[in-house]
Amino acid sequence: MVIGLGHYLTVAAVLFTLGVFGIFINRKNVIVILMSIELILLAVNINMVAFSTHMNDIVGQVFALLILTVAAAEAAIGLAILVVFFRNRGSIAVEDVNMMRG
Amino acid sequence: MTVTAAFFYLFATITVASGFMVIASRNPVQSVLFLILAFVNAAGLFLMMGAEFLAMILVIVYVGAVAVLFLFVVMMLDVDFAELRQGFLQYLPVGGLIGIVFLLELVLVIGTYVVDPGLIRTSAVPIPPAEVVTNTEALGLVLYTRYFYFFQAAGLILLVAMIGAIVLTLRERVGVRRQDISKQNARTQETAVEVRKVPFRQGI
Repeated sequence: MVIGLGHYLTVAAVLFTLGVFGIFINRKNVIVILMSIELILLAVNINMVAFSTHMNDIVGQVFALLILTVAAAEAAIGLAILVVFFRNRGSIAVEDVNMMRG
Repeated sequence: MTVTAAFFYLFATITVASGFMVIASRNPVQSVLFLILAFVNAAGLFLMMGAEFLAMILVIVYVGAVAVLFLFVVMMLDVDFAELRQGFLQYLPVGGLIGIVFLLELVLVIGTYVVDPGLIRTSAVPIPPAEVVTNTEALGLVLYTRYFYFFQAAGLILLVAMIGAIVLTLRERVGVRRQDISKQNARTQETAVEVRKVPFRQGI
């Protein structure tokens, strides 16, 4: 049995769906939502690398590297905002966030 | 079944299972640990695809930095996680429906697409054979020349993220006594010591 592009794409699709599903069912917990976003970005990276190998083109890996960078920055900023929010409110429930609405 | 296929199914199964446990486990600390497991196994998948550098970077950046950052925040914040689990079952039907529809669409797309064979011949930068140039070297040859501006922009994004995180979380505490050197040096005997005339045999 040859492991081809389709196998990797299936894994990435399942991971992406799990990430989206996680955002839906953990509506109150921002930390798990951030982790779900990390899962989604991981799925995108798997797609990028799979196509890079399949097309014999290294640019896909370059862009996977850039996505990795952006994901790390996003996690850092998101967690910083979370810490500040927790300091102000004493909870991280997403429902309280709408107090920032003008 | 060949060894390659066996390893692929091993990595893929553990990745997907731990991805599921990330969103399903009750304790966020366990979620973070399952996230680490998912990343390590995804690094295994990357290795199998031939992206060795990205696999190692995934382990270093995600497992070493991002996941530990998550662990820090989860343990630092004193959050009542049982209360946050409320409504889990309430969102489950809608979330499950959307998830299933989404997965079906993705599987349909993956099952039916065909890559144009002409596209493979027109790759922008072909991967050199691994016996001649290693993956890391090949990536560097492209990243530092042709995609130099993208590389610089990535560095800029990281800089902005670092400054932003520091600015957001730095707080000036009021009521904390700190050492102020210039204030200390500015003190003289006249401002620091008060000489009082004490009446004889009375005390203050």
